[in-house]
Formats: sequence, structure tokens, C-alpha cells
Amino acid sequence: MNYNEAITTITESLTDQLVVCANGLISRETFSIRDRTENFYMIGSMGLASSIGLGVALNKPSRKVIILDGDGNLLMNLGSLPMIGFLQPKNLLHIVLDNEVYASTGNQPTISNVIELEEIAKSAKYAYVKKVTTNEELRREVVHTLENDGPSFLLVKISDKEEQREIGRVIHRPEKIKERFMSAVN
Amino acid sequence: MLKSEDFAQELINNGYDFFTGVPCTIIGNLITNLTDRPDVTYIPAVREDVAVGVASGAYMAGKKPVVLMQNSGLGQCLNALTSLNLIYKLPCLLIVTWRGFEGKDAPEHLVMGRICEKLLDTVGIPHHTFNPDNIKVLINMSYKLITENKAPLALFLKKGIID
Repeated sequence: MNYNEAITTITESLTDQLVVCANGLISRETFSIRDRTENFYMIGSMGLASSIGLGVALNKPSRKVIILDGDGNLLMNLGSLPMIGFLQPKNLLHIVLDNEVYASTGNQPTISNVIELEEIAKSAKYAYVKKVTTNEELRREVVHTLENDGPSFLLVKISDKEEQREIGRVIHRPEKIKERFMSAVN
Repeated sequence: MLKSEDFAQELINNGYDFFTGVPCTIIGNLITNLTDRPDVTYIPAVREDVAVGVASGAYMAGKKPVVLMQNSGLGQCLNALTSLNLIYKLPCLLIVTWRGFEGKDAPEHLVMGRICEKLLDTVGIPHHTFNPDNIKVLINMSYKLITENKAPLALFLKKGIID
């Protein structure tokens, strides 16, 4: 499974869920595959997608909030995980696309080839934790976690390394991204 | 000296309804009060940049957030402020305790105590400092300012202003 397949599978299952996308390839790929007003594209503040998503989820309990994170982003802000486990927002789904590299900057390795991120999520007391390696499993788990209470954590192992290819940048200005997202939230 | 619960009430009376942050001795009682109150939420954050991220999410979900921190935390959350709040125009009130004021504090506070105002000037975040007579005025003005400017505003709080 590569990035594009994984994000395509996730976005195909979406209806009105709010999605906070981590910076770099994840935001760019999600924007290119299916731009939605319910998507918040984080373009800076690496590591904070999980914190922003938590802030939205706590204050909009009637809406499902998905954090679309990467291994580099997650490792930069591991402290967010125990906060989510402590606060137990039922409407939060944390999906981590784990390709074991900083793909946006040219595939320098992270440390998630050795460190099992799903074990960290279990220790942080997410209500449901699953690791998936195939597209079929991912599709099934996204449907399951969207239908059930969380906080849930899906670790999606991306096996195919990213080829150097052109992926569009998010064309909306940051303020526009915020305004669209806020109108979708409220 | 103003009671911490009166300080909290002043913030709430002016529209703030979501609180997060990292403690400092100066705001210890304030955080206890905010945690115990039934009418608002205080989320204990693990780091100041996380607090800024959570506050930004809360703002987008319709809240008026306040982040409480020591000035040492300004260093920790500088990237969040510059590459999230300032570019997306995500407002929040930062209540920042001013350790190391006039060089009278433990060594770890002296550098930030000397530069914290200049640091915010450099990144373009407006700031004011509480004194015993301007508390209500500053809190009242802060709400108007962050709502109009859609940007963060910092209010420095030295030792001895609230109990």
C-alpha cells in the first residue's frame, strides 16, 4: 500500500467527518485526492495536528474528528497521545500513515521501523488500537472506527516508498483554509 | 493583590470559555480554580505548543481560548505561534507569567526574563503587562483586540499581582 492508495481509501469512506491533516505530503496528497471544506490542512506547526484535532474534538462532541497524521509528526509530539488517552474523546479517530521516513523532505528515516507506534498508543490508553498493512484491512478498519466510539488509533503501514513525483501544494491561503473549516464545523 | 478566583471570573465575564496550559507557581491557584469550576474547561497540556494547538482547535470549534504558561514556554511554542496562529489568523489570549523580571530570579529564568518582550516584538505578537490597577481594563481590552485582529495577544503576569 502506498500513500496515495491509503488516503484514497480513507477519503472514500468519509461523509461529513472533520479531518485535520498533518503538514507536508499528507496535506498535499489529501488536498489533491479530494479537497473538502471539512479538511483542515496544517501547513506548518509540525507535530500539532493531533493537538489541533483534540481541541476540535473536545468542543464538538457531536462530530467525528479524524486526525490524519504521519510517523514523523507523531514522533515529534508524542505527548499528545497520553492527553488524548486521558481525556478520552469518543469522537476522535487518529490515523497514522507510517512510511518510516520523512517523505516530504526526501525520505530520511524516522525511527518507526524499530519503534512500534501502535504500542505507544495502547500504553496511552486509546480505547481501540489497530495496525493495518493492506488496503482491504484499512477499508474495513476505517468503517469500523467511524461507526464506533473512540478514541481510536489506526496505524497504517505504508510499504511502498514514495517515488519522487510532483504532488500539488494546497492552493488555498491559510486564512481561507481556516474559514472554510470553521464554516464546516459550526 | 487580586484573588485568583476573581481573576478567573473576570476572564469568564469577558467571554473566555476554554482554558489550557502548563502551570507556573504564579498561576498555581488560578489553574486550580479553573480546574474546579463547573462552568468552564481547563485542559492540562503536556507542553506549551500542545496547549496552543489545542486552543487553536477549540477556537475553530467555536470557543474563546486562553493559554496559560510561564515565559519559558514562549520558547517552546514559538513555532506554533508563528506557523499556525499568525498565518491562519487563529486568535488566543496568552497569559504568560514573567519569571526573571528585572534579573531577580533563579538562573534559568534570567535570559528569557530579559528578552520575553523583545521576543514577542520580533515575531509581531502584541503584549501588555498586568499591574494591580489595570487588570480589568487589560482583560476587557484583550477580548476586543484578539476578536478584531484574529491573532494572539500576550498579557504578562508578574509575581504578586494575583494570589
